[in-house]
Amino acid sequence: MDGVDTSITLTVNGREHRLRIDVRSSLLDVLREDLGLTGSKKGCDQGQCGACTVLLDGRRANACLALAVAQDGAEVTTVEGLADGDALSPLQRAFIERDAFQCGYCTPGQLCSATGMLEEAARGWPSAVTGDLTADPDLDETEIRERMSGNLCRCGAYEGIVAAVKEARA
Amino acid sequence: MRPFAYERAATAEEALARCDEETRYLGGGTNLVDLMRLGVERPARLVDVTRLPHDRIEERSSGALRIGAAVRNSDLTAHPAVRRHHPMLVQAVLSGASGQIRNQATVGGNLLQRTRCSYFQDITKPCNKREPGTGCPAIDGEHHNLAILGHSESCVATHPSDMAVALAALDATVLTRGRGGERAIPLADFYRLPGSHPERDTTLEPGELVTAVEVPPLAMPSRYRKVRERASFAFALVSIAAAADVRDGVVRDCRIALGGVAHRPWRARRAEDHLRGRPLTRENLAGAADQELAAAHPLRDNAYKLRLARNLIVRTLLELGERA
Repeated sequence: MDGVDTSITLTVNGREHRLRIDVRSSLLDVLREDLGLTGSKKGCDQGQCGACTVLLDGRRANACLALAVAQDGAEVTTVEGLADGDALSPLQRAFIERDAFQCGYCTPGQLCSATGMLEEAARGWPSAVTGDLTADPDLDETEIRERMSGNLCRCGAYEGIVAAVKEARA
Repeated sequence: MRPFAYERAATAEEALARCDEETRYLGGGTNLVDLMRLGVERPARLVDVTRLPHDRIEERSSGALRIGAAVRNSDLTAHPAVRRHHPMLVQAVLSGASGQIRNQATVGGNLLQRTRCSYFQDITKPCNKREPGTGCPAIDGEHHNLAILGHSESCVATHPSDMAVALAALDATVLTRGRGGERAIPLADFYRLPGSHPERDTTLEPGELVTAVEVPPLAMPSRYRKVRERASFAFALVSIAAAADVRDGVVRDCRIALGGVAHRPWRARRAEDHLRGRPLTRENLAGAADQELAAAHPLRDNAYKLRLARNLIVRTLLELGERA
């Protein structure tokens, strides 16, 4: 079938890219294959593991479920864009200090997801374990675990991940 | 994945004009893209409806809320009026999927997501919902998470949405636009039981576009509770959306809808009728649950859902009563 290719513009980690893509490409494939940004990982490719999490127009999203063609004009931040030059973000530092990973495969997704999650909590968004839906949530361990449930870690580094997110929340 | 043409609609008219039999409307894509990758959906064209002007939540003077179909699930749960007036709707949406997926998924797409029955998602297996007439291996196969109410010899799938269960309890209305004009479809008439046509989940006409959901005010405390195989990010085994107006220990009014038990959100009207005017006691609640579940036909491996549903009705209504 003809007409499979199409053009989109994406701003990734502050840099604008004009890209010619197969209309079937996921945002994840475009980031990894076309832009060489291999930090975002392909785990399940069906939205269940969270290893592909990026910030899409400022919100955490699964890049494997996002058709790239539908994101034309979007701003994307990947794990490669979280640090300011060589200066790691507070969350990245906390992941190292708290030993929040073993093999590291899920870590880019954990970092992008937690970055987006802290922003959601700062805006007062409730979660499924929030008691009073009208009050600002208190980001305790139960809240962190619930809000991070879209990111699996097969090494089971959850203790460290929760500790790191807790440390970075302030 | 089969190649497809991608178009972005700016208005509902444009979306309708571009829709034919081989077209699917694209919302957040969190279910559709997955199904396309699995080969379950093979559209020749996608019409992206996320940039239609259906991305607002409006408060009507009647107290009703009009929720646009393109509103993201997370924006629905963050909205102050929804949080204040409809806790069970917020809890239902928050109990579904993950933070990432809720940021992507839309209200319209949530309503129209397909069953997660493993046979439906596996194109190497027969499935009457995916390919009418091929049979239903779930009836004698893997069905511990499938229907106990309203199923047929053709299909025992369940509807996966949590949000739709709360909307069923809220007497919500789905607003649509099709070739014949606009329609307001009560949620009770929106979803179908499978019968001999399980390929049709809803009563939407071909090409008909969901534009909004209207939720009337509810002056009762409410809550959503979900039982699943892990603490978060899993579909319901059984869930309940319930509301109750209890005064002097007597149930003046109540709403009960169950999820995870049928091809559609299951409004438990028999249980509601049994409870109205009766004291809110464990015995009366168990009686109400039994009235509702008398119509159930559990499969070989899912009779456990009967007790789960009964316990959920009793406990959730008792808790709502304690708050009165």
